[in-house]
Amino acid sequence: MTALVEVGGLHFRYGSSRRGTGQDWTLADISLALPARGTLGIVGESGSGKSTLIRLMCGLLRPDRGALSFDGRPVTDWLATDRRAFLARNQIVFQNPRRSLDPRMTVARALAEPVRSLESRQPTDAELAASLARVGLQAEVLGRYPHQLSGGQLQRVAIARALSVRPAVLYADEPTSALDVSVQAQVLNLLMDLREDLGLALVMVTHNLAVVARLTEHVIVLHRGRVVEAGPTHRVLGSPENPYTAALVAAAADVSLARAGWDEAEERR
Amino acid sequence: MADPAPLTAADGEAVPAVRRHLPLALIIGGVLVGLVVGVALLSYIWTPHDPARINVRSRLVPPGTPGFPLGADRLGRDMLTQIIVGARTSLYVSIVATLVALVVGTAIGLATAAASGARQSVMSRAVDVGVAIPGILIALVIATALEPGNTASIIAIVIWFIPIAARVTIGPARQILALDYVEAAYAYGRSRTYVLFRHVLPNISPILIVQASIMFASGILAEAALSFLGIGAQPPTASWGRLLKEAQPMIDVAPGLMVFPGAAIMVAVLGFNILGDGLRAWLDPRQLTQAGH
Repeated sequence: MTALVEVGGLHFRYGSSRRGTGQDWTLADISLALPARGTLGIVGESGSGKSTLIRLMCGLLRPDRGALSFDGRPVTDWLATDRRAFLARNQIVFQNPRRSLDPRMTVARALAEPVRSLESRQPTDAELAASLARVGLQAEVLGRYPHQLSGGQLQRVAIARALSVRPAVLYADEPTSALDVSVQAQVLNLLMDLREDLGLALVMVTHNLAVVARLTEHVIVLHRGRVVEAGPTHRVLGSPENPYTAALVAAAADVSLARAGWDEAEERR
Repeated sequence: MADPAPLTAADGEAVPAVRRHLPLALIIGGVLVGLVVGVALLSYIWTPHDPARINVRSRLVPPGTPGFPLGADRLGRDMLTQIIVGARTSLYVSIVATLVALVVGTAIGLATAAASGARQSVMSRAVDVGVAIPGILIALVIATALEPGNTASIIAIVIWFIPIAARVTIGPARQILALDYVEAAYAYGRSRTYVLFRHVLPNISPILIVQASIMFASGILAEAALSFLGIGAQPPTASWGRLLKEAQPMIDVAPGLMVFPGAAIMVAVLGFNILGDGLRAWLDPRQLTQAGH
């Protein structure tokens, strides 16, 4: 099975026009492969380059060095010639839904934006309602502004917006960490259901290892911009080979399992 | 599929309520500004006397004289009429100048905020330099270089205000550009220009509206100053600044000639400033954007 997204020897740093010594990469020598319908977790501490990596993968940033391809074609090539097709197939959901929805746009307008931009047409009311139904919201929400909705509802809207152009890969940057604990599990369940129903590939950035354990088949562990460990999630988190991963797992296990409010956590207590 | 989430805060989170009450400053400012604007509009339909009519018999009559509630100047022209007609000049010059400066300055500010790295620093410093030069000085130099009149005043005030409008735009625009909804817009293919006009501009509009009302006030003051110095409105155009200038030699004989135009300027400037304060409270961006935790 060929990979949908392939990354090989990728390097990136911010403000790359500055000619430095070359030692201060934000990301260095990243390689990974994501099959269609696959799931990948990217974990690591703050500043490890997790968010930067998915921004490169979905076309928001350009790599400085190395290979990055989608569906067998280099992403730079996609962006140069089929930008809209590439963006439609690679969508992203952000951490804080209060910051990822324009407070001056109604839900209807926000939901319509990707279709208006990438397909140059106004989606019908029925499409918008169906889009909301998919994430478990009613059509009444369409006329509301972000400040009239809760964080969980807003994250559902943000997910619906990303899915409105039928992406092949959904990137999620800490999609639950800005939400109340009680809402986190709902949103994660929603993402799992959607992945199943729509046949999406899901790339999830998180510092919550329990989320990764639950949602993704593969995981890569980033530390200071480098991959320190990669492999099937159960193997990496179950018997980590790298000391950094081991420390991460040890430090996070109790806290994150409890935070996610899952059954396992219930049992441990 | 997940169960549909009810619309109420069943997620266990409080849905922020938006409460708004009209600030007192907005009401007071609105009344004062309304008065000035109303008087200016009234002057097109009705004035107590013909503003240009010279009448030797009413020369320098004191305030309270029948037919001349605020007295008359050295050519016998009714002071009340002059003030009513002068409101037109003040408002015309300051409003036109403010709007032009705001459009140009905001465009410069948006372009600066959206520029990258070194270019942004250079543009931002250039704007700072523009703000640092005393505005009235620029206005004087420009106004003296041009044919005196309202147009000279407008051009001078526009050039004075542009860096200020740009400066006010840059910071908030940069804040908005750093938010995730801007990144989301790029992720679904929107251009930088689209983002600036459709996301940034609406979200900084409360700041621009407040800035506009402060600029209206400064504009009225600047117009009066330029006319007082003789490089603004020219006879027979009535202007509060010119009334002050003409009253100056007669301050001992007829102090009212100076007091009433001065009071008119004060009411207008105060009105726009208080209105600005009221708008600031009412359009508080924190209340509008709910920018997160």
